[in-house]
Amino acid sequence: MKIGVCIKQVPDTETKVKVAADGRSLDAAGVTFVISPYDEYALEEALRIKEKQTGEVVVFSVGDERTGTSLRTALAMGADRAVHLKDAAFEGSDAVGLSRILAAALKPEAFDLILMGKQAVGTDRGQIGPRVAELLGLPHVSVVTHLEVGEGSFRAHREIEGAHEIVEGATPALVTAQKGLNEPRYASLKGILAAKKKEMKVLGAADLGIDPATVGHAGARTRWEKLELPPARTAGKMLKDMEPAAAAHELVRLLREEAKVI
Amino acid sequence: MANDVLVFIEVRGGQIKRPSLEALSEGSRTAKALGGKLIALAIGAGFSGQMGSIAAPGLEKILAADDEKVALYQPEIYAALLADAVRKTGCGIVFLSATAMGKDLGPRAAAKLEAGLAADCTHLDVEAGKLKAKRPVYSGKAIATVVFEGSPIFVSLRPNVFRMEEVPAGSAPVEKLEIPGDPAALRARTVSLEASEGAELDVSEASIVVSGGRAMKGPENFALIRDLAKALGGAMGASRAAVDAGWIDHQYQVGQTGKVVSPNLYVAIGISGAIQHLAGMSSSKVIVAINKDPEAPIFKLADYGIVGDLYEILPRLSEEVRKLKGQS
Repeated sequence: MKIGVCIKQVPDTETKVKVAADGRSLDAAGVTFVISPYDEYALEEALRIKEKQTGEVVVFSVGDERTGTSLRTALAMGADRAVHLKDAAFEGSDAVGLSRILAAALKPEAFDLILMGKQAVGTDRGQIGPRVAELLGLPHVSVVTHLEVGEGSFRAHREIEGAHEIVEGATPALVTAQKGLNEPRYASLKGILAAKKKEMKVLGAADLGIDPATVGHAGARTRWEKLELPPARTAGKMLKDMEPAAAAHELVRLLREEAKVI
Repeated sequence: MANDVLVFIEVRGGQIKRPSLEALSEGSRTAKALGGKLIALAIGAGFSGQMGSIAAPGLEKILAADDEKVALYQPEIYAALLADAVRKTGCGIVFLSATAMGKDLGPRAAAKLEAGLAADCTHLDVEAGKLKAKRPVYSGKAIATVVFEGSPIFVSLRPNVFRMEEVPAGSAPVEKLEIPGDPAALRARTVSLEASEGAELDVSEASIVVSGGRAMKGPENFALIRDLAKALGGAMGASRAAVDAGWIDHQYQVGQTGKVVSPNLYVAIGISGAIQHLAGMSSSKVIVAINKDPEAPIFKLADYGIVGDLYEILPRLSEEVRKLKGQS
């Protein structure tokens, strides 16, 4: 089975967000960048399927120079080769542009299965999976917590509000991963050493046959005009040194009479 | 045309979902501000009798695909119906609610139309005849203002945030849609829908959420959380620490790698308030924290805090709520 995995490099979830001087992007100074957690579930699932059924796992990422470190991490976890989609023309891509770049890179590989996270933490858009599937003419299942892949077929559990949908289908297909799908492995020392010898191809717009006007800032259909911090919340009323019964009674009274939420 | 608004109405299990009606209300306000038309599109099965609830000032017509073939959500068919409706009506703006279905359907349909989409928006503005959307990013640690290029544009709206107009039952004309293709022939098909264990109200749908954290010490104590949630008519949630410890399933997790919620009331119990958790719930309207550590970071943003032993306070709190509800 030949599996493609798309990953994105994102600020670590512990990052305290600061707005850059341009007023519309993240100040990256001092920020640690990691593989988006949901993409790790996707990669782990691909590796497990390969270990069971043999095959190849190829990892893709769109990004600048720094993104190479996340692709190396994916190789160290066990991916067979990596494709770094890097071009000045890609900068500023929105979901429309990113999905065009990924679809162009994935298409010639004719994967049986394409996996990625349900969303990148950070931009939190959750659009790339369904968009790439549409561009490649493949069916997709998003927010998957359980996946069984057989010979030419799959069965997936997709998480929805208070329930899950069971989806059955034929490969090739695209699946996006939700937490709960598996427990991602760490890269071993052996894996890190092996990763150095694995192939990492760098492809740009010309290699992919992409018109630069359809991606990056030029092709974007959405743009962040402003990035700001949410209004700060301040501490409210504290009920201290009260008997539990009295505190419970007072809280319920406040929620009823003052906050009017119950 | 570019100012006409199409709102997708979600149906699950034969029921029209409330977040879609919130989106319809906001769609009505937006269409009015832009001087455009308002059209609704509903897909599902068994909702024809509820068509009157699809009502908003200025609603011109309802496109409806009420058919057993689409009783379950089938992304390829739903996306084809939505993209077709946008093409045929010429609407330049599409609203969906940012539910599990809306988050999946929006991008697939938008891709068919090469359209931009702003996901999970919490505030919309019309400025100089153009729509601008605010959406939380970095799980709510920052807010981005999104502007659009081209037409059509797609916007998904976070449930529970937009004001729903109470309007009398509507009587907009209904135009029936045919289902394109046969679900049985799809390459991937939703075959069934199963209620998750417990089948409780989901945190992302509830207007009140009661979450437990590390101080719950084990799975058995979540009965206390469940009990208070039930008394309040809300949903049970959990912090990542409780989920990672294996005490409770991931579907309950609130936070950066769980669900981001904006209920009217969020009660954090035995949760110290790691940055990832705060990101997931800090847009709640009213926050209550109960913790025995007076220095817990959660108290810095709580509207009401009780410093004390949750095992003593929780049962009394549930009792007080029941007393109140019994009397009212």
